Amino acid sequence: MEKIYLDHSATTPLDPQVLKKMQPYLTDIFGNASSLHSFGQEAIKGVDWAREQLANLFGCKFKEVIFTSGATESNNLVLRGLLMAFRNAKKESSSAKAPEDKKFHIITSKIEHPAILEVCQELVKEGLAEVTFVNVDSNGVVKINEIKEAIKDNTILVSIMYVNNEIGTIQPIRKIGEIVEKANLKRRPKSEVRSPKDLYDKIYFHTDAVQAVNYCPMKADYLKTDFITISGHKIYGPKGIGALYIKEGTPIKSIIFGGHQEYNIRPGTYNVAGIVGLGVAIELVNKEQTEINDKIGKLRDKLIAGLTKKIPDTQINGNLEKRVPGNANISFLGAEGESMLLMLDLEGIAVSTGSACASGSLEPSHVLRAMDIPAEDCHASLRFTLGKGTTAKEIDRVIEVLPAIVKRLREMSPLKRKN
Amino acid sequence: MQYTQILMDHFKNPRNQGELASPDGVGEVGNPVCGDMMKIYIEVDKNEKGEEIIKDIKFQTLGCGAAIASSSMLTEMAKGKTIEEALKITREQIAEKLGGMPKEKIHCSVLAAAGLKKAVADYRGETFTEKLEEEEHAHC
Repeated sequence: MEKIYLDHSATTPLDPQVLKKMQPYLTDIFGNASSLHSFGQEAIKGVDWAREQLANLFGCKFKEVIFTSGATESNNLVLRGLLMAFRNAKKESSSAKAPEDKKFHIITSKIEHPAILEVCQELVKEGLAEVTFVNVDSNGVVKINEIKEAIKDNTILVSIMYVNNEIGTIQPIRKIGEIVEKANLKRRPKSEVRSPKDLYDKIYFHTDAVQAVNYCPMKADYLKTDFITISGHKIYGPKGIGALYIKEGTPIKSIIFGGHQEYNIRPGTYNVAGIVGLGVAIELVNKEQTEINDKIGKLRDKLIAGLTKKIPDTQINGNLEKRVPGNANISFLGAEGESMLLMLDLEGIAVSTGSACASGSLEPSHVLRAMDIPAEDCHASLRFTLGKGTTAKEIDRVIEVLPAIVKRLREMSPLKRKN
Repeated sequence: MQYTQILMDHFKNPRNQGELASPDGVGEVGNPVCGDMMKIYIEVDKNEKGEEIIKDIKFQTLGCGAAIASSSMLTEMAKGKTIEEALKITREQIAEKLGGMPKEKIHCSVLAAAGLKKAVADYRGETFTEKLEEEEHAHC
């Protein structure tokens, strides 16, 4: 049976060109990139080359790029690392006006990835921060007015994802960047000369751009961000490698210790092959992006048109205009997501679902719920995420197979609905 | 999370799926908000000893793979049993017969066991108390 992979937001296959360039770093070029001898020097060349690719992507300086083990680590580093830097500065500064128990404030959204949400919850639990989770509208776009209104004197960070992983909606990152910029201008008295202390009188702006790299502009200046998280395996690179853009002069404290790598911000022996792989993946995105986006967008539209035509009672979740071309999130009302997923899998087709039954937590998708989609319709949702290898033939096959699956599950259900 | 082969077999080829035209008892449990809902239909007859038995049983389920498989397994276990025996079917037995179930799916087997009890209660003209249902189906 020919297998069809439509779960590219979960992970992507490794591009053969990436693998090819990684291979020498898994065999011959094995040196520790921190070593001074020739073995190490050869390895660090690969790391440097990759860092150049990322600096190009972000339009930033070489030293503004930090390699991590992935987006989860990058996000943890931003949230906890910035918070710890602020807390330390407060302790060290005798002029700290804030009472010792005053917590710093973080603003994020209700539709973030757990790698942001759960870190925030943890920081709250530890008594280190207070967090505002802003709402999204029914399109799945963050309400930026709520961000503006949430900003307080003790706010130190706004963290909003660039593209949502479940519904593919593109968030207005640049606009949010402008809001943060304005708030920062208000904070600093115009007369005052800039001093290092200003670093701690600023709100920083982070975007988790994991799902955006394939599709969206990534220049840090354009986005007006201080931090950008990316991951290798969502862009046809290897798993276990990610990166973080940190704007020069941004306070950050390491959250793990034990070495001097990555400017002391992220110690640990360089994952040279992974880093090189990430670099190649970025290089390929730059080269192929326009053509691939166009192709994927057309296939996605074909999928939506085909499924909604052949299956009654469907509902597209999230705004179709403000979304990346690879994502379709559809509820097939009256059929349960995990069952659809399993039946598609038996046909060799891989998708994912926002149903509670597949989450292991008994809670349906927090993203769909944040958009006020009724729980029963969240359970009926499937996410299709296309990739650069997706073909028209594959889309045809899904359009052929899924209607019968939905029909069968609806017939099995005690709830009657037209089919 | 992984399903056993037995469970997947019941999911792919559910036994006794559908409805009975004139059931003696019907039990509906769960709700679509929670993501799963089951309706168990029973036809009651008497055996040679004069005991009431479940002559036929069918299910309709909206839910995940584990919910469908649990319903299917329950009907297979209950069919032909005396009502007294069938009422003794526990969620643990259903899960065990399916070769085990992921922890987060246990409430699916809870639902199946409760669905049968509710169908029997319906047949007997008793009320399947909400309290019992809550106890059986603790989630959501």
